[in-house]
Amino acid sequence: MATVTANIPHRARRLDPGRVLLYSIAVAVLLVIVVPLSFSVLGGFRSNAQLAADPVGLPNPWVWTNYQTTLSDPAFYQWVRNSVLIALGTTILVLPAASLAAFVIARYRFRGREVVYALFTLGLLFPVAVAILPLFITLRQTGLLNSALGIALPQAAFGLPLSIVILRPFFRSIPRDLEDAAAIDGCGPLRFYWSVMLPLSRPVLSTIAVLTIVGSWNAFLLPLLVLTKPEQWSLPLGINNISAQYVTDTAAILAYTTVAMIPALIFYFIAQRQIVSGLTAGGVKG
Amino acid sequence: MVFGFLLPALILYGVFVLYPITQSIRYSGYDWNGLAPLTDWVGLQNFMDAFADPDFIEAIQHNFIIIGLSLALQIPFAISLAVLLSRKLKGRGLFRTMYFAPFILSEVVTGVVWRQIFRPEGLFDVMLGSVGADSLSREWLADPGIALYSLFFVISWKYFGLHMVLIMAGLQTIPDELEEAASIDGATWWQGFRYVTLPLLGPTIRVSIFLSIIGALQLFDLVWVTTKGGPVNATATMATYLVDWGFRRGQFGYASAVSVIIFVLSLFVALLYQRFVLRRDLEGALTG
Repeated sequence: MATVTANIPHRARRLDPGRVLLYSIAVAVLLVIVVPLSFSVLGGFRSNAQLAADPVGLPNPWVWTNYQTTLSDPAFYQWVRNSVLIALGTTILVLPAASLAAFVIARYRFRGREVVYALFTLGLLFPVAVAILPLFITLRQTGLLNSALGIALPQAAFGLPLSIVILRPFFRSIPRDLEDAAAIDGCGPLRFYWSVMLPLSRPVLSTIAVLTIVGSWNAFLLPLLVLTKPEQWSLPLGINNISAQYVTDTAAILAYTTVAMIPALIFYFIAQRQIVSGLTAGGVKG
Repeated sequence: MVFGFLLPALILYGVFVLYPITQSIRYSGYDWNGLAPLTDWVGLQNFMDAFADPDFIEAIQHNFIIIGLSLALQIPFAISLAVLLSRKLKGRGLFRTMYFAPFILSEVVTGVVWRQIFRPEGLFDVMLGSVGADSLSREWLADPGIALYSLFFVISWKYFGLHMVLIMAGLQTIPDELEEAASIDGATWWQGFRYVTLPLLGPTIRVSIFLSIIGALQLFDLVWVTTKGGPVNATATMATYLVDWGFRRGQFGYASAVSVIIFVLSLFVALLYQRFVLRRDLEGALTG
């Protein structure tokens, strides 16, 4: 990045009306993004009276009680723990299942290979909503309602298509020679998968893990219908409930929401590269 | 050997994706509350009821209005910003990071915050007032004539960054030399963009449009959090209609018929789009 900047021709840096216009547009859009977020952050520092009188400027005086309430609410930590558990469970289920399947689909010829692959890619089109009623019945029959596993299993299943679609071309691109050499050394398919493929695929696997975690962390529909007990709620369910329960207490709602936002934003700033590369992986094959 | 490797994925996928979808089809033929034994076979009655219910027809229309608005406004907006940020602006990395940030927030967080902003005399109204536009202030989420468009605004706020990032990645695959050559040949910036860059961006834009359509057909979370489909069904979508009938009114058979309709409609739109628009450039492109 630094070298690119250094190479900018001198004329590009000069202030001209065109650039001023471009910057104005860029900053205006930035404000549209930042204002709602900072409204939430600062709103948590206001009283409801302040919010009604002047929701725009800085809080005067700063009110700490909303955030104190949120941060000392054991239910809040419980929801975070549940969400973490569900996200980890989903990831642990999807990574081996998807990588094993993508591995054989990418590298071995067998009857019905294309059918299996097509079946998985078709899954990209199915929203959870389409399967939600029978899924609910299945989870009820197997006693998985109100459990983290009851969310993680279906989420992992619905995450397979995207993961396999991202993994297959990557696995395919690993040279055949490598496998031949490994075979000469007496290394079977499982060993090859484990000792050669997986270590080589670490970047793409971490991309999948990141996308899975983000998807699970933000999931709403499935948890909404499956997790009915407050102590089992995931964070989005908890926040949604807070916003319904404290209808008139906007400041409290904003404090909860802001604190709920923070883990996702931190995760985004750390894992931005994986998120963007994962989403654009197939998108620009052109 | 092959089968053993496929087994975990196939079991997971079979039990939690394929089997439920086939069960939806089965349930859709019954009048069923989800608890009693499945005995009350009604044939296609549920489907006929759904298509005879003006609320459901309206919900389908809402999904398609969101699709239309996304294609007409959100995608062109995302393309413009991608082109803007592909120029050598100082701080473009920061702009990109921030524009994409809402995509990472959950629909619940997004919905809850915007519901507060759109409250009567909330932040949105106050800001309108501060530029002297008080008269424009409305019941943004409570006025049936406006709520759907307010929601579309929030959807765009959350998702334009995704499309922008996709298109920026597409722009990177186009060599600068092409636009330079056009400008040496005397093309204006706009001509270079219109006749060189845009056609080369075609595949990326088509994928973006596809994701947008699929997303709009499935729209649920944001609506449920902000308006629950109200006021008076003004923001209901196919998915909120399904959850409403299945889980709030306990009509599992009927709601299953609705889910089959969503499924068939999504599949139909996707196949149609794939067949006539995406053709070859889709392979592996459905990420997101």
